[in-house]
Amino acid sequence: MNNSEATERERAPTDVPGEVGVWVFVLGDMLVFALFFAVFIYYRSLDLETFRTAQQTLNQNYGALNTVFLLVSSWFVVLAVIDVREHAGQYAQKLLVGAMLCGTAFSIVKILEYGEKLRAGLGVMTNDFYMYYYIFTGLHFIHVLIGMAVLTYLWFLARNGISADGDMKVFESGAIFWHMVDLLWIVLFPLLYLLQ
Amino acid sequence: MSTSFIGLARNRVSVVWAMLVAATCLSWWMGNDASGSAREIRIISTALLVIAFVKVRFVISFFMEVREAGFFLRAIVDAWVFLVCAGLIGLYWFT
Repeated sequence: MNNSEATERERAPTDVPGEVGVWVFVLGDMLVFALFFAVFIYYRSLDLETFRTAQQTLNQNYGALNTVFLLVSSWFVVLAVIDVREHAGQYAQKLLVGAMLCGTAFSIVKILEYGEKLRAGLGVMTNDFYMYYYIFTGLHFIHVLIGMAVLTYLWFLARNGISADGDMKVFESGAIFWHMVDLLWIVLFPLLYLLQ
Repeated sequence: MSTSFIGLARNRVSVVWAMLVAATCLSWWMGNDASGSAREIRIISTALLVIAFVKVRFVISFFMEVREAGFFLRAIVDAWVFLVCAGLIGLYWFT
């Protein structure tokens, strides 16, 4: 029985999509970022002027564009999972390539943004806002790069064909990691770029 | 089982995706306006946080497929979404 067919009555309380191990990692990572978010809002309150002024120098369009890139990539990834699970995976490889292109687009915008900031003399030591900006988006960017490697691995899995239930769980696990990368940015974007 | 790409995309997750993109545009539009009273700014910022965590919950439920999961995982992620959102809004208003 695959997850999408399980009814409320038939699910075990411990059923998870993907493997349990990926959830241990994902939930731990989400906890760490939750602490980051809280620390940011708290220390921001101690120095509102600095944070507000510094935030004005961020480009909200870059942030919004990057959010859309990751949303599109996540959509492609979930379609790839459904494709592999229910339709023999004929589109999965193309969808994963599409997701990776979105991830690449995100990375290009990020690098352009960092370049602009650095050329304007806004570095990690400029002030507290910029310290948090670089650390949080930098750590997130590392997650994006790791996620791209995971998507590459999923591409190979799709190409070789997903046969057993175990393979499907691994495929789902990779997808879950990528969705985490997406959801972390969904919070970072308003937190850093929009919140006043 | 063969299907067209449209057939594959014609799925609940695509509707969720469209709503997520719309919510992103809404947030971007709301966040672009820096004018308004201190109170208005606070309310808009609070709304932005709520929207963000509603989006997160949709990603977790539909993209990560947690809505098909058993009770324990659903409870844990719901707790994360609710507690982090409430915690951040609380910190934002009271610090």
